[in-house]
Amino acid sequence: MSGNIKPDAKSTAQIPVVYMKNIIKKFGDFVANDTISLKVHKGEVHALLGENGAGKSTLMNVLYGLYTPTSGQIFINGKEVEIKNPNIAIQHKIGMVHQHFMLVKPFTVTENIILGMEKTGSFGKLHIAEAEKEVEELSKKYGLAVNPRAKIEDITVGMQQRVEILKALYRGADILILDEPTAVLTPQEIYELGKIVHNLTKEGKSIILISHKLKELKIMADYCTIIRRGKFIDTVDVSKTTEEELAAKMVGRAVNFIVDKKPKEAGEVVLKIEDLVVKDNRGLDAVKKLSLEVRRGEILGLAGIDGNGQSQLLEAITGLRKIESGKVSIHNKDITNKTPLEIIESKISNIPQDRQKRGLVLDFSVSENLILENHFKKPFAKKGVLDHLKITEFSIELIDKFDVRPTDENKIVGNLSGGNQQKVIIAREVTNDPDLLIAAQPTRGLDVGAIEYVHRALVRQRDEDKAVLLVSLELDEVINVSDRIAVIYEGAIVGMVDAKDADIESLGLMMAGGTASD
Amino acid sequence: MIKKFLKLFSNNVFLFTVISIFLGLFIGAIILLAAGFNPLQAYGVMLQGIFGKPKYLSYVIIRSTPLILTGLSIAFAFRTGLFNIGAEGQYIIGSTVAVVVGYFIHLPAILHIPLVIICALIASGFWGGITGFFKARFGVNEVISTIMLNWVALYLQNFLIYTPGFQKPGGEVSYAIQPTASITFLDKWKRSEEGIAWLLDHPFWRDLFKTPINWGFLIAIAVAVLVWFILKHTTLGYRLRAVGFNLYAAEYGGINVKKNMVISMTIAGALSGLAGALQVMGVSHQISLLAAMEGYGFDGIAVSLIGNSTPIGCVFSGLLFGGLKYGGPKMQPAMGAPSEIINIVIGIIVFFIAIPQVIRLILEFGKRKKAEKV
Repeated sequence: MSGNIKPDAKSTAQIPVVYMKNIIKKFGDFVANDTISLKVHKGEVHALLGENGAGKSTLMNVLYGLYTPTSGQIFINGKEVEIKNPNIAIQHKIGMVHQHFMLVKPFTVTENIILGMEKTGSFGKLHIAEAEKEVEELSKKYGLAVNPRAKIEDITVGMQQRVEILKALYRGADILILDEPTAVLTPQEIYELGKIVHNLTKEGKSIILISHKLKELKIMADYCTIIRRGKFIDTVDVSKTTEEELAAKMVGRAVNFIVDKKPKEAGEVVLKIEDLVVKDNRGLDAVKKLSLEVRRGEILGLAGIDGNGQSQLLEAITGLRKIESGKVSIHNKDITNKTPLEIIESKISNIPQDRQKRGLVLDFSVSENLILENHFKKPFAKKGVLDHLKITEFSIELIDKFDVRPTDENKIVGNLSGGNQQKVIIAREVTNDPDLLIAAQPTRGLDVGAIEYVHRALVRQRDEDKAVLLVSLELDEVINVSDRIAVIYEGAIVGMVDAKDADIESLGLMMAGGTASD
Repeated sequence: MIKKFLKLFSNNVFLFTVISIFLGLFIGAIILLAAGFNPLQAYGVMLQGIFGKPKYLSYVIIRSTPLILTGLSIAFAFRTGLFNIGAEGQYIIGSTVAVVVGYFIHLPAILHIPLVIICALIASGFWGGITGFFKARFGVNEVISTIMLNWVALYLQNFLIYTPGFQKPGGEVSYAIQPTASITFLDKWKRSEEGIAWLLDHPFWRDLFKTPINWGFLIAIAVAVLVWFILKHTTLGYRLRAVGFNLYAAEYGGINVKKNMVISMTIAGALSGLAGALQVMGVSHQISLLAAMEGYGFDGIAVSLIGNSTPIGCVFSGLLFGGLKYGGPKMQPAMGAPSEIINIVIGIIVFFIAIPQVIRLILEFGKRKKAEKV
């Protein structure tokens, strides 16, 4: 699957299937794409690498007809084209698999695939059996192993993604754009996706892969175009470069991948969860008799695939969701079903999973967000009146210490980048001096540089002898940062390993419901 | 081009508002023209009717007072993410309680006036609080519950008016409040012999005191300052705004969202109730049978909208509204232009302000979406 499969793929004689020339896309004064060129040849996997906000998705939306470029040209198979909308893109055999799937859940695989181009007979009768056969054949041809009669709501996320790929293929796509395809997959599914990508290119399809995960890109892609802050940086042959080199090009400086962490002896138990049962919004048990302990001076990583009860568990601990039965205590103090305020006062801090929904008031300024949990306490307020001077002083100090950019405490948080928004939350939560810091997907959507920063902040907490509970869907992150790893599956802990002995394979199996011995 | 134009103005709320007002007047002019009237002359009559005499200005201020307060009420709830359609009902409760306490209780003015105000605040605050409580406890949409409570308030007032001992014989009105509960300027003096004599020699003051000019406007200004202070400088205001902007984040940050919803609606109710109480104490001195809503609460929605939900904005837009409402109908006798025109003009102004607000929201929303996507 790596670059050496088709050594002649980029022979100069060949006309590129996609040639985007000097694309400029502006939103008002903001230049999202600043003179970017991209050449993709037949049968190659071309990765588009860049930090969040670098302009990858914008460029692809231009190619797929969702945005009109401010200037620049697009050539498909050497012919200049104007792609005004996705229908025209499809005419030019361009297909896109979005990060968030666009499937009708109660429909079957086939129904989803033919949606919008159904073949009908008299009185609008659907030729569904025919379509099912076509889908089956397509699926076989590329080794997708999709059951055309299965309902979307019954199949895994990985399968759903394959349905999206089939949807594009069914519409005759020769050029497939995959937008962050691995973000939602387990390690096994990522491996399977690699195989599928290989099959597709073997059949002459070209693939553009949007990603900021270097490891997968290194495995799947032949060539890689790097974009930084909307500018074209380089196109490289993936087989002739290293992850470190790619990262440096993406961020603009050398990046430290290994989380720097000295061995440390864990202390007494800080957070104790016993037989916890929590329901989800539909009233079903999402957390089922879960027990877990987090100790002082350790980072406990909770690995698991999204939707296995992590969100409900965290909401229950932090008082945002009712606990049906079981007990949560911190330092032997019972905090079961206490209010969020009481739990914060018990020295638990929380970097929430969804920073824009839970973590921040986006319309508030940086300084207003920094005092969210402490706004009524001295020195920020006296007798119910805010002391803006003290709040500003405090904010300036934190902005400096946690390197929030821009350094403006009055800036509205919604206008900050994702990484800096996360820094605001971390600054607030860490400054609360918690005994337990809960970090839920703290690096989601962040770029390499910001990830490095967040990881260091977590390790610093641990080194200061605090307990840290890290919940992440990124297995690499859990393995790299944690001291111990617990695996959650369907609302219960199904495995507990020392991070030193952890390997992706067995953890991945446990996350998918198998046991370590399988 | 149009987008750029809109963007430019969406960044400057004040300029935006002024332009919207002029656009409203312009369209109103077209309508006047279509109806066969000279718009310049009509607007001239209106301006003359607003600024022509001290008396007119005084009436504008009197008209504005309740509008400023109901505007503040709606703006306040809006900051907490609640849409208070119930200002009308809260206004009715405030005025009714003010008459009850103002008529039945006998106290010296220094005690009577504060007592009337406090009772009206408590009752209307409670009235608004009911809505907040229903919303927090049972998830009842505040728009629906306030609309229904408006009618409850209306019929409660009408019921009380027919109560023996409260109904003034021979009319569908209540008794007037005791003079000790009045906040009209020099109410007694200006009708006394020496007052009349003095005013005869001073035409400016005579003109001014023909109107029920009272303390209400000054109280409304003071309340606007207070609302500004609460929102901007207190922990309560911080919490209310946090809940209004993002209740999930507020909840996560340990703020009791439900409690703050109740508080917000209570304060909003009290503000509208104050409008009603001041109207009774300063202007009407009694309440009468209501065939329909008087519209102070509904006009408050427009006042709040034009004022961009800020306290200072509510003061100015309340004055604007009061001016239009007082000056507009003068077109009718002067040139036979229908006074409905002025209501159309007001409607158009609100429309022009509301539409760009919506456009601005869409622009902002689009920007945020893009920021997420890029």
